[in-house]
Amino acid sequence: MSLHSLTLSQAAEAIRKKEISSAEMVDALLARMERVEPKVRAFLHINTDDAREQARRRDSESPQGALHGVPVALKDILSVKGQPCTCASKILKGYVAPYDATVVTRLREAGAVLLGRANMDEFAMGSSTENSAYQATRNPWDLERIPGGSSGGSAAAVAADECLAALGTDTGGSIRQPAALCGCVGLKPTYGRVSRYGLVAFASSLDQIGPLTKTVRDSAILLNVLSGRDPRDSTSLPDPVPDCTQALEKGVKGMKLGLPREYFVKGMDPEVERVVRAAVGEFTKMGAEIVEISLPHTGHAVATYYVIATAEASANLARFDGVRYGFRAKDPTGLLDLYGRTRAEGFGNEVKRRIILGTYVLSSGYYDAYYLRAQKARTLIRRDFEQAFQKCDAILTPTSPTPAFKIGEKTTDPLQMYLADIFTIATNLAGICGISIPCGFAGGANKLPVGLQILGPSLGEEAILRVANAYEQNTGWHKERPQL
Amino acid sequence: MKQDSIDVTYVAQLARLDLSAEEVSKFQSQLVQVLEYVEQLGRLNVDGIEPTAHASPRTNVFREDVVAPSLPVGEATANAPQTLNDLFRVPRVVE
Repeated sequence: MSLHSLTLSQAAEAIRKKEISSAEMVDALLARMERVEPKVRAFLHINTDDAREQARRRDSESPQGALHGVPVALKDILSVKGQPCTCASKILKGYVAPYDATVVTRLREAGAVLLGRANMDEFAMGSSTENSAYQATRNPWDLERIPGGSSGGSAAAVAADECLAALGTDTGGSIRQPAALCGCVGLKPTYGRVSRYGLVAFASSLDQIGPLTKTVRDSAILLNVLSGRDPRDSTSLPDPVPDCTQALEKGVKGMKLGLPREYFVKGMDPEVERVVRAAVGEFTKMGAEIVEISLPHTGHAVATYYVIATAEASANLARFDGVRYGFRAKDPTGLLDLYGRTRAEGFGNEVKRRIILGTYVLSSGYYDAYYLRAQKARTLIRRDFEQAFQKCDAILTPTSPTPAFKIGEKTTDPLQMYLADIFTIATNLAGICGISIPCGFAGGANKLPVGLQILGPSLGEEAILRVANAYEQNTGWHKERPQL
Repeated sequence: MKQDSIDVTYVAQLARLDLSAEEVSKFQSQLVQVLEYVEQLGRLNVDGIEPTAHASPRTNVFREDVVAPSLPVGEATANAPQTLNDLFRVPRVVE
């Protein structure tokens, strides 16, 4: 087996036992990138020399951390000192981050090698990675199709074996949806489980960093490294961090898994429904009890999200004004001209659209009707989950209503693009955790991955990882690789 | 909250975002469509429901006020398009 096909845990073990060196692992991935990256285009920036240097350093140390010498890729929204961080936007072209994000510090402490920076929708706004100002990333399973988004570069890189694992961010599904569409594992932790320090903010009350990996075990290993209180993020939770790998093998016998009737609706791709229902059947065979539940406010989640997320984005993106960093428009006639043109020339269409919408819903006369009402709807959505988790240990749903769509198919219709997140958005509004794992294929001979979403209560990561691992080990879909 | 149109030009001005005439008309029709979709929240009964601003249960997170090093000025201004004497330089705002 070639080194690039290893899982993160296999590579970590092989490096720890000195069966392979970190330098060999990095070289194998760089060689793989050279071959497949022209097709997939998952990366905005590859730290070739720096990665080799980090690997050499790790090889000279005695292995300590869980990720010693293991290369990991990062979404281009996470700060690494001395590295570019563009958020796939022109407005941050040439920007160099002056400090490490806390997740980067934690990866370094665990011994990881930082490999490169993955493409994304500009400022994480999108579901297809088509909103990148630099390039379109392609789905490794079908190069005519999108990889999902906004962490589409991270998901495509993992699926194409260009990295062992990658970090992404999830504000409304941006880890889970691309993981589903690319056939990998994507985990969105509970809000506050992972520090957001050094993550360029999109919607601060919804954003969360998490891993995209080849297996559920790899996801648990990375979550262990990333989790925990950080004095630099006051929303990070002080709760103790369990070793999530301990829960993996416990099985699902006797567990109650909820099936929300609102998540199996008309408009869903029939093949996705068939594959997900078959996955639910597997859990019955494994001894879990399937209980029907209701999340009555599900239908309002997308509307609620696009008010709250755009409102927060309009405030967060005010910092990109051409004064302190990033792009500045040429020859401004005054300060207002400098702001207005810098932002006009620096931001792409979707970002502009969301800034306008967010500014509008917060503006005088509309605040109560839109923003305040959406915050109240958010309470109802959160309560739906609290009540549901009294009846079950975890919830099973499809991750995305359709498999990967064609490049360009939805770019002219923002509302259709927003509805691609219909099954993932409520998780962020409620602040709970969720994972997407591969559960089969749609598209006939043209294999398109389908994701099963497993949702857990606040800080219920051990439960969802346990459910996910039981399914993965029982079925083996994660072993399928795209032909590239 | 029914909206037939939205004054994109005015909102763009609030957001300090210059838009071309084409962008104004394109966003106008797209945003009206999105707002029509959002109208559904108007049908929701939210009487007596407290708003949720944040999913985190934490409030008022305090810490000791300890003096510690922060980003040196030179590094903080290193990304600026224009600087002068370690300050961010912008066009004149006061005559």
